[in-house]
Amino acid sequence: MALIETETAPERIELHAEHHPHLAHHFESMEQQREAGTLGMWWFLLTEIMFFGGMFLAYTVYRHIYFDAFAAGSNVLSIWWGTFNTAVLIASSLTMALAVFHAQMGNSRKVVRFLLFTIILGTIFLRVKYIEYSDKFEEHVFPAGDFRWPIEHEANRPNNVGDMLLMLIGAEPLNSSPQGPEHAFSVKVTTKYAEKGPYYGVGGQVPEEVQDPGFGGHVRMYFWLYFAMTGFHALHMIIGIGLLLMLAWQARKGKFSREYHSYIELTGLYWHFVDIVWIFLFPLLYLVDRHL
Amino acid sequence: MSMTPLTATAGRLTSEGEPLNYLNNGHGLKSWLLTKDHKRIALLYLFSVSFFFIIGGIFALLIRINLLSPEGLFNPDTYNRIFTAHGIIMVFLFLVPAVPAVLGNFLLPIMIGAKDLAFPKINLLSWYCYVVAGIFLTVALIAGGIDTGWTFYTPYSTSYSNSNVLLAGVGIFIAGFSSILTGINFIVTVHTMRAPGMTWFRLPLFIWAHYATALVIMLGTPVLAITLSLMALERVAHVGIFDPAMGGDPVLFQHMFWFYSHPAVYIMVLPAMGVVSELIANLARKNIFGYKFVAMSSLAIAVFGFLVWGHHLFVSTQSIYLGIIFSFLSYAVAIPSAIKVFNWTATLFKGSISYDTPMIYGLGFIGLFLIGGMTGLFVAALGIDVHVTDTYFVIAHFHYVMVGGSLMGFLGGMHLWWGKITGRMYPEYWARAAMVIQFVGFNLTFFPQFILGYLGMPRRYAAYPPEFQVLHVLSTAGATILGLGMLITIIYFIWSLKNGERAPANPWGASGLEWRTSSPPPTENFLETPVVTWEAYEFAPIETMDVLGYPGDPGKPSQPVPAEHGTED
Amino acid sequence: MSEHIVPKKIYYRIFGALLVGTALTVIFAFINLGNFNIVAALLIAIAKALLVITFFMHVKYSSRLTKLWVAVGFIWLFIMLAITMTDYLSRAWLVYRP
Repeated sequence: MALIETETAPERIELHAEHHPHLAHHFESMEQQREAGTLGMWWFLLTEIMFFGGMFLAYTVYRHIYFDAFAAGSNVLSIWWGTFNTAVLIASSLTMALAVFHAQMGNSRKVVRFLLFTIILGTIFLRVKYIEYSDKFEEHVFPAGDFRWPIEHEANRPNNVGDMLLMLIGAEPLNSSPQGPEHAFSVKVTTKYAEKGPYYGVGGQVPEEVQDPGFGGHVRMYFWLYFAMTGFHALHMIIGIGLLLMLAWQARKGKFSREYHSYIELTGLYWHFVDIVWIFLFPLLYLVDRHL
Repeated sequence: MSMTPLTATAGRLTSEGEPLNYLNNGHGLKSWLLTKDHKRIALLYLFSVSFFFIIGGIFALLIRINLLSPEGLFNPDTYNRIFTAHGIIMVFLFLVPAVPAVLGNFLLPIMIGAKDLAFPKINLLSWYCYVVAGIFLTVALIAGGIDTGWTFYTPYSTSYSNSNVLLAGVGIFIAGFSSILTGINFIVTVHTMRAPGMTWFRLPLFIWAHYATALVIMLGTPVLAITLSLMALERVAHVGIFDPAMGGDPVLFQHMFWFYSHPAVYIMVLPAMGVVSELIANLARKNIFGYKFVAMSSLAIAVFGFLVWGHHLFVSTQSIYLGIIFSFLSYAVAIPSAIKVFNWTATLFKGSISYDTPMIYGLGFIGLFLIGGMTGLFVAALGIDVHVTDTYFVIAHFHYVMVGGSLMGFLGGMHLWWGKITGRMYPEYWARAAMVIQFVGFNLTFFPQFILGYLGMPRRYAAYPPEFQVLHVLSTAGATILGLGMLITIIYFIWSLKNGERAPANPWGASGLEWRTSSPPPTENFLETPVVTWEAYEFAPIETMDVLGYPGDPGKPSQPVPAEHGTED
Repeated sequence: MSEHIVPKKIYYRIFGALLVGTALTVIFAFINLGNFNIVAALLIAIAKALLVITFFMHVKYSSRLTKLWVAVGFIWLFIMLAITMTDYLSRAWLVYRP
């Protein structure tokens, strides 16, 4: 016998007997527990804003200093893939919101279904990212590897939705004629900006002490930020998909109900946040000076 | 086993007949390492934070030993690694977590009348993050150390240093997670788990300070995380994002680094200010003067703290125009800090002051923080800063704030709540003696450094011109005395665990919910959720209070004494 | 439970609006607006983000506290960007003037 109960100290069992099984002992009510969870998630997302914010800051600074190089780098990215992925991610946000909706209605089967939709869309996003990354490796614009500028041989880029669907399943696009140098954006862009020389901000000239690595070096910096930002974003997507898989499994086993579904809501908040990051990344990375 | 009726506070007994509290509710290593009780996690933190404090202190002494002779006793490369180790350990593993993760963790839920923090598992995870961070940094030190200084300035850290920058970067990244998890818990707990009647303006100022700290942690730490990630990636990839030779801008790194690391100064000192508010009010037995101003000044410091980071960049290529703005804003931070100092002083006026150890730590804090703060105005002035940047003047300035402020606050708080935490009182005589020794040693260490810095002694140099030797030797002598004072404190704290007097529930006649539960508190803090009907710092006349801080009913035993049963201790 | 359940219809509408926003972003990127390209892109992005925050993330139906914290997050980001960019914009005035 470890404990001696006394008449003035009620047992905790009694205190909590009428409570929901998912109510943690230190909360007074489900309402309080839910509020705490939501607030905690929002604060976590605030830290995420500042985390990505650091990269947005670096991006803003170097885009300001090396605008032309950023424009050049940006034009190398496939606008088709970028737009497609934006739509995919927005759609996944919709299915996530619907999963939360059905969780609120207590409709477990539909929760599972919409969670699976979200997972599938997220996976498609990552698949596209993988294709884009491989293209960048092939074109030697991965900044930490054997970086070459201008690009000598461009990888295939989709020109229509059909191509994209084919490439998604790993097939060759139908009009896969290798684009000649005259079509290559990188060449066009480099020629256009080469005449202007490096750009150092308002009223700026290159200070003498800067050993300028040249236009290619600045493009490399763009790609470094591209890989860092999309890479951290993709990492968040992978974590999100992991969470969703777990939730789908638990929802299938009937863990969630009308009263208790805060994990789905909180993961939803996280997923929407990742979507928001992409909403900013898309124009900032893909759409710099597209109107050549 | 005798069944003894007990007073209401005691609740239950262990099989040994001791009152059941968080310390004896569960035994064995597992009950500690897997605990979700915020009080036990606070003790885990106390243990690990103290461990790293001692390691960091040893490195401090090594620095001082090196500087005994003008040529330096160690070779410069070793010296670089020593001061870097001192800086990283003290900043990331001691000062940032010390007050919030130990005292804050222990007291925050109790002070607002909650059973625990909002996310106990996350709280435990926070400690594990801290431990993993500690392991990473320890490995980095053992494997040869880091020679960049705790600021990791680029491009040295990314391109030239061949020390363990990566390991240290990962370690600090994880330590950042640990802070963030604590911060989330504090914010959510204060928002959602206050006891009935505990309105915002009834919160102890300790809570306000921790709330403000949590805000700073949450908004600042992620920027450090991404900065270190970029630095680590840069170190691997060498793309030149922070390297001027490749078109990058090292000042961008400094911007991002100090966007966290200047507010981090407030992460270190704000909680200590919260502690001092408690010390002053409770040991002067008087409501704090201008409660709302002190509360709001915590928030103001948190906000202003984010707007002044550029004063670390005055002598970089940062725009001189922005420098002027940063200089002005840095002066502005002095306002909320001064509000606190004035209000503490005004609280003392006509208070019934008892000069017990916590109070003298509080007074020490005020004096030393004042010097630290005022010299802060020197270095925030553009013109003077050009002269004293990277000299011992800056070193002395921030040690007056960090050691004189944070450490004094931490130790003062440890003394005030030692009885609450461990159930035993510390020996008052030794504590006062140690405090005085520390105070003398501290001033002897760092005051000469103001002069050294003003005369032009640069920081981080292993050797110096012989005319500086007198001051350096004085400083080393002071550090030895300070170290001795710390040693005494550590020894009597450990001694008191077995031999100290039993702590009553409210040894100070203090106000605040934490004094209305037993010492040490039961696992769920209160047997019934308290209902708060009084304002913060409302003191009853001392004669009318019983040991639990409730007015009336004197003469109740300080601890529930079970009936004697001879077989057991 | 005091949670607000948003009708499905609203989710679909927001989804439509977001797709339109994406299309607009791409279209505006191909029109030469000079310095206003980035302004247009960011304004659309902010509008899209607001839609997601307000409806998908239920902030419209949340407490004022949640709204405040969301605002704080973006304000802090803005502080960091604005002050640092002030440095880069005003540096050239003195140092690099021809």
